[in-house]
Formats: sequence, C-alpha cells, structure tokens
Amino acid sequence: MVTNVTNLGRSGLSDWLIQRVSALILALYTLFIVAYLLFNPGLDYAAWSGLFAQTWMRIFTLLSLISIAAHAWVGLWTVTTDYIKPTGVRVGTQIVIILAIFVFLVWGIQVLWGA
Amino acid sequence: MSMLQVSIYRYNPETDSAPYMQEYQVDTQGRDLMVLNVLEMLKAEDTTLAYRRSCREGVCGSDGMNMNGKNGLACITSLSEVVKDNKLTLRPLPGLPVVRDLVVDMGLFYQQYERIQPYLQNDEPAPAIERLQSPEERDKLDGLYECILCACCSTSCPSFWWNPDKFVGPAGLLQSYRFLADSRDKATRERLAELEDPFSVFRCRGIMNCVAVCPKGLNPTRAIGKIREMLLANAT
Repeated sequence: MVTNVTNLGRSGLSDWLIQRVSALILALYTLFIVAYLLFNPGLDYAAWSGLFAQTWMRIFTLLSLISIAAHAWVGLWTVTTDYIKPTGVRVGTQIVIILAIFVFLVWGIQVLWGA
Repeated sequence: MSMLQVSIYRYNPETDSAPYMQEYQVDTQGRDLMVLNVLEMLKAEDTTLAYRRSCREGVCGSDGMNMNGKNGLACITSLSEVVKDNKLTLRPLPGLPVVRDLVVDMGLFYQQYERIQPYLQNDEPAPAIERLQSPEERDKLDGLYECILCACCSTSCPSFWWNPDKFVGPAGLLQSYRFLADSRDKATRERLAELEDPFSVFRCRGIMNCVAVCPKGLNPTRAIGKIREMLLANAT
C-alpha cells in the first residue's frame, strides 16, 4: 500500500473509475457540441444563448465542467508523480494545478449561470 | 560478410568514470547462433566482459538483456530474430542500476515481488491429504505460474522506470494475480487492500510493452485487468 494525499480520490481505484466515467461524459459533450455546430451553420447569439438557457443544457455543461476538472486533476497528478522527482517542486506544481482547476470551475459556473 | 558487428555496453565502476560502448567483431561462420553463444565467444577472447547466465535454455531467467533495443533472454534469442544490417547492440536491462557491464542490480525488482507476498496463505486446518483443486480451478493458474522472473517485462515498462519503488510492475502483478486467482489462497481481501492505491496497480497505463517482450509468451496486462476487475467488484 502506497499512501497519497494529493490525488483526487485518495484511492487508485476511485481515480481510475472517475477517469473513465469523466472521459465518457467529455466524449458525449464534445460529440454533441460538434454536431450542434454542424447542424446550425448560421448560428447567431440568440440561438447560442437560447441553447444555454435551457436547464438540461446547463446540467449537461456543468457535468462536463466537473468532468474536465476531475479528469485534469487525475491526469496531471499522474504526470507530476511520473516526471517531477524533487518533492517540493512536485507538491508545489500539484497545488498550483489543483487551485487553477478550482478557479476554472467556479469561473465556468459563473459564465454558465451569469448570462 | 560473416563478421558480425557487436556493440556492447561496458561499465566497471571500479575503473571507469562513465559507461561506454565497446565494439567487437565476431565470426559467426554464417551460423544462426543464439545471442548468448556470441557472448560466450566474446568472453573467451575478453575475460573482463561480465554478464549473467546459467541454464542457457530459457528456464532460469538469468540472461535477460536489451538486444537491439528489445528486452529478451540472450540464450533463446537467435541472431536472425534481432540482428539488423549485420549489427548487434547489447545493453543491460533498462531502468535498473548497473553493477557491471550487462549485470544489473535486481534489488528493486525483487522488493516489489516480495511486496505481493508470493506464497499461498491459508490458515484453515490442513486436510489429511493435499488441499485439492478442481481441474477448472487449476486452469485459472495457467499463463500465470510459468513466470521465471527474468525482469524483461518490468524493465521495459516506463511506469516501472519512473516509479520502481511504488509501482509493483508487470512481473509482480502477474504473480499477485496468480495468488488472487488461486482457490486455495484465503488472503484475497488483504491482498486487494494492499493494491488499491494509485501506484501499485493503477500506474499501469496499458501500453503492453510487457506482453511484447515476455520470453515465455505470458500476458501481464491481462492479469492486471483481472486485478482491476477484482478491486472494482470488491469496492462497488
């Protein structure tokens, strides 16, 4: 048993599951957005804003935002533990990444509900 | 044209400040020798050359090394399998400290093997005869027990290179599953609890270098997948 404190789920199993589920959600969201843009060539502000005014779209988008936050946390945490060997630099980088993810998440929520 | 160009990684920490590649010429007389045969011929000329070998038939797992960029056992790898443009480059197994020339310190590899407790654990009273298994239960151990611990797989795995102290590695995990899958072993829960952190099993990224190099044709990636399934079944 190897102990860890800066990974997302405190366990490799939960990180592994979160990574797979979030990847699936992000794939669905990407497919949806690409398809929406393809089927609406002359997209204007009213239509775009109307799409994001609907509750289901907000839920779907927030789910994707949370997914990308979790996915980035798990993925970048793994990269730092593989390649950054000095403990101070590694923990520092991990904290910067986690704080940035938090900032982007709150900002994203504000954008989503603000307009 | 039968002179084979052999380039060998040389390092003697007592006399060399840094490792270097030494060039040799070997007359194979057109024969398709095993790589170990070539090393034996060179050793007869240059007695300072160091490498491990024992059974010379792919059973003991002593002569694992990197041949033209791919890990394998020198004794069962023929020149025709690895030599390109009449050139053979031999290096020690990657990722482990070099003791001398092609001899590596396997300490980290064995530590991870020890960690998975590679022995049957069963505290139930022993029956009058052996602990029996059905043929189906015994079949589950095929493809697992054949591992000879040559370390070709673990030392071809980048996850093991970066975290050899935390990631068990393909060889250790194959053995771990060998005991998890054994109907006579009763320590399944304890074994799984040791493995659910982000490193021991989950550092495997599934690139399957281990499967590509295993001289015994085993599949550690499949065993790792089975361990993940067991962990998931146990925790959801």
